[in-house]
Amino acid sequence: MSDVERLLRELAPQVLAALVRRYGGFDTCEDAVQEALLAAARQWPVEGVPDHPKGWLITTASRRRIEQWRSDTARQRREEAVVLAEPPGQEPVSGVDDTLTLLLLCCRPSLTRPSQVALTLRAVGGLTTAEIARAFLVPEATIGQRISRAKQKLKGEQLTGDDRPERLAAVLQVLYLIFTEGHTASSGDALSRVDLTTEAIRLTRQLRAELPADGEVTGLLALMLLTDARRPARADASGALVPLAAQDRSRWNRAFIDEGVELITHALATAPVGPYQLQAAIAAVHDEAADAEATDWAEILTLYDLLRVVAPGPMVTLNRVVAFAQVHGPRAGLVELAEAAEDPALAGHHRVDAIRAHLLELSGDAAGARAAYLAAARRTLSLPEQAYLQSRAAKLET
Amino acid sequence: MKYVVLIYGNPESRKAWEGMSDEQRAAGLAYYQQLNDDLDASGERIVSERLAFPELTKRVGSSATDGPFAEAKEFLAGFYLLDCESEDRALEIAAKFPEASFGKVEVRPVMGLHGPEL
Repeated sequence: MSDVERLLRELAPQVLAALVRRYGGFDTCEDAVQEALLAAARQWPVEGVPDHPKGWLITTASRRRIEQWRSDTARQRREEAVVLAEPPGQEPVSGVDDTLTLLLLCCRPSLTRPSQVALTLRAVGGLTTAEIARAFLVPEATIGQRISRAKQKLKGEQLTGDDRPERLAAVLQVLYLIFTEGHTASSGDALSRVDLTTEAIRLTRQLRAELPADGEVTGLLALMLLTDARRPARADASGALVPLAAQDRSRWNRAFIDEGVELITHALATAPVGPYQLQAAIAAVHDEAADAEATDWAEILTLYDLLRVVAPGPMVTLNRVVAFAQVHGPRAGLVELAEAAEDPALAGHHRVDAIRAHLLELSGDAAGARAAYLAAARRTLSLPEQAYLQSRAAKLET
Repeated sequence: MKYVVLIYGNPESRKAWEGMSDEQRAAGLAYYQQLNDDLDASGERIVSERLAFPELTKRVGSSATDGPFAEAKEFLAGFYLLDCESEDRALEIAAKFPEASFGKVEVRPVMGLHGPEL
């Protein structure tokens, strides 16, 4: 990516936010911004970057927006008179909460989650429809449809600040979803795909720059860094999954771990605790252990006990069982697991079988463990995980 | 999440289709067209196809025999590949296919390359 491209990508959401704030109408503003970006991509490399690139883009996009109006209906022509009374580009440019403004707009509750994700990557991340489609392994037309429909729905919606806390929670969920999609993708076709993990971290950093005191925003950024730190060791050379306990820790990303630990330590000391902070704290305990045996499982269990109160859910329950078994032994863990499995949300879930298999193996029941690994392998929707579970079962064959 | 919806026909559903008037058949096709339009508008339909009747089925491999396979009690009549938010949503869509009431409709998740944290 050239310097101009990088600059344009960084400025695009800011310019879009400025236009939406001024004129409303997300879709027409986005068209205008696209045209301004195209003009800049043509002119800047030849004529040089203007002194105030953001102001230049806002002025150019505003003109395009007005030209669109000019070609529209008579009713809109009357509105144009009002807009022209205020010449574009004169208004002081606010750079304060551009990312947040756009994120809140893209994550409106009226949109479905897949639409929120697609629109966020498009409008805030500046990815093309083709890049988003490749990242999610769906045809470009599907993503294009989601984005245009989302824009239709946003037509006429006003930006207001009243329900921010809940909507900020939706923004964090969308960012985490983008991260998870990237993090759990197998490395096989990574070359042709946009790195959603890096994109999610970049957007969360931008959000944190605008909301540095929000503990959950900081917690989410820390969680992403502390999780992504392990990515180099998550799979072996053949692409097979390597469980945490067997990972080569020298391959973990030290810089990410240091930054993540610093962020989460700061957040826990200064803000009310929340689910992202607790998950980040758990990731930090794993990342700080020199080897698997040195992991402070008692600390992790305490954190899961807290998480179960703050944000209960079936996956939290299961992960807590894993920590419980590490502290109290596999047999006690199996009792705890049987109790957890009574939750209807976990009925037939392959993770229950996978954990049961592991605990049976640790307690010396090879035949039971093998059957449970195979049961889990038949139910997972992940090919790499299926391969892993099948190989665990194969090792127990007598 | 990606799901395949498999739509099966059977001799009864086939007879019902063949016994329809032109108007009824057109209405049936229009119903499917509307479903497709709705699924396109929501960005949930990746691809769907209606398959030829089993008369045109050819089998390959060691058990290869020549057709026709029209005697088959149950045959695949069409499929949808959907990308939707949850299994519940996929089931909701599948229930809208007319075959759900007089044929058979199956929903199956697609395997992915995503590996969880182990």
